[in-house]
Amino acid sequence: MDLSTIIAMMSSPRVLLIAMAILAAGCGPASNAATPPAAAEYIENRGSDTIVNLALAWAERYQQLYPEVRISVSGGGSGVGITALINGTVDLANASRQIKPEEMQEAQARGIQPVEFVIARDAIAVIVHPDNPVGQLTLQQLSDIYSGKINNWREVGGEDRPIVRLSRETNSGTHVYFLETVVRLGRSDSDTLFSADTLLLPSSEGIVYEVRQNPNAIGYDGLGYVPADLRVIAVARDAGGPFVLPSVATVNDQSYPVARDLYIYSAGEPAGAAAAYLAWILSPEAQSIVADLGFVPVAAESPGQAQAD
Amino acid sequence: MRAHPRAGAAEPLRNWQEAVLSRVIRLSGYSAIVFVGLIFLFLVREGLPALVEVPLADLFSARWYPIEGYFGVLPLITGSLIVTVGAMAVAIPFGIGTAMFISEIAPRWAREVLKPMVELLGGLPSVVLGFLGMLVLSPFLRQALDLPTGLTALAGSLLLAGIALPTIVSIAEDALDAVPKSYREGALALGATRWQTMWGVTLPAARSGVLTAVMLGIGRAIGETMAVMMVTGNAPVLAVRLASIVAPARTMTATIAAEMGEVASGSTHYHVLFFIGMVLFLISLAVNVAASAVVFRQRTRAERVLS
Repeated sequence: MDLSTIIAMMSSPRVLLIAMAILAAGCGPASNAATPPAAAEYIENRGSDTIVNLALAWAERYQQLYPEVRISVSGGGSGVGITALINGTVDLANASRQIKPEEMQEAQARGIQPVEFVIARDAIAVIVHPDNPVGQLTLQQLSDIYSGKINNWREVGGEDRPIVRLSRETNSGTHVYFLETVVRLGRSDSDTLFSADTLLLPSSEGIVYEVRQNPNAIGYDGLGYVPADLRVIAVARDAGGPFVLPSVATVNDQSYPVARDLYIYSAGEPAGAAAAYLAWILSPEAQSIVADLGFVPVAAESPGQAQAD
Repeated sequence: MRAHPRAGAAEPLRNWQEAVLSRVIRLSGYSAIVFVGLIFLFLVREGLPALVEVPLADLFSARWYPIEGYFGVLPLITGSLIVTVGAMAVAIPFGIGTAMFISEIAPRWAREVLKPMVELLGGLPSVVLGFLGMLVLSPFLRQALDLPTGLTALAGSLLLAGIALPTIVSIAEDALDAVPKSYREGALALGATRWQTMWGVTLPAARSGVLTAVMLGIGRAIGETMAVMMVTGNAPVLAVRLASIVAPARTMTATIAAEMGEVASGSTHYHVLFFIGMVLFLISLAVNVAASAVVFRQRTRAERVLS
């Protein structure tokens, strides 16, 4: 283990990206001075913390390709982004959930028609030690494991071993999504919590290391972060339903249950710089950044919004 | 004759330097008190609102899950205590033993190798130790003790012991070294064995320095964050049984480090995190006050005996 691994492990990608974004912003005036003072086009982009790293990476790359465009990216949460869109303070709002009907009404009351773009997908893979004979679980079983009702692998068809639950820290978007979709089975009235003895690890790497060496462990992580040497669990919505392994294909056809779409909303049909930016986001180059950051790229056949401009 | 007027001319300059220097030194002496006071004031200002926003019964409950409004700090306090006590149980005997070996028994060449090595260990970044703990220590503990997981309070304790050891060894060794040679010679002349001399004369004579070493060691252990966060598993479980040492634990420092970055400034969660900081501050204060009280009492007793 060399030092760079340690450093890479400890520094969160977000910090790095912010640093890079600042760097890129810092370079801005210099490159502007070099090119004729083109009418700088400005895109304001705000919203989901889940997407903020991806949005920063896109913005940074896009500004390298088109130095005349300025993109300002900030987080705050999906609600914050959509509210800003309704108030007309941003051009594009990032959201890790669909716009709510009441938000849509409020926007229309102000004469804004939000237009939805699916810009990436987010899937969570459930992982166990490669020697663990358990290969498939239902959502209900996963919920019972993480809420502390099932405490031994024997109860779900495995060996007689205690279950060690691993989770990301509570401030991670992945944690909250897993809580809502798996532990609470998507029911908004449920107040089921993670079992108190769930290990809360500060990094994805921490979960991967522990699962790799501990046959008792179960963990979850963004699909793109799961290394090939771990066993990925096939998940079924119901006891009778098909057990589906997560992959780009099963996420895109929505048969894998622990996945969601990530959205960008624009105020009305996008035009000008925003439209060009959205078209680029759906291009193969931008979608390869999606894969690099652990999300699932949207398949090429998804709605033809790429021609929006 | 010639030198005289020159010295006279230098006189006011020297006085002026004297005045400035003594003020600067006095200022730096007081600054420590001022800083501690200001830090405490800040913690109180940011932390006390937690007592208003969260009912006491909830604040001192056993469930910590801040994103759903469960702010029970007891698992965190007990987590910190069990990890620190475990670390001290290892580090104090080992640390004092090592210091005694280096100062009293080791031949000169061994001492000249050992002391710098121990101090080098003290300079190791705790992240590196944490990484070793995660990759080597915790899998080893899981297999050796047949635990469900190696990410436990014990792993944290062992790492903290490793982090506190250099401090304890270095300061305790200095204290033992400062004991006048005549004490040892006197004891040996009275027919005491080497062990009796060390245990009955040298160590008690160096008591206050050794105690300082232990206190600073505890201070390092209880305040350490990164290494602990990487190996204790961070599960907020109430640690009240003896078996809790081999179960995951969540410390106060790890909680603050993990959650402060994302918390909305001014929210209840933010105030509770500062409240935890306040508790941490008060615990270190109590440890230090207790230690200096012990040293002070022993010193006065020793003076009584000598007079």
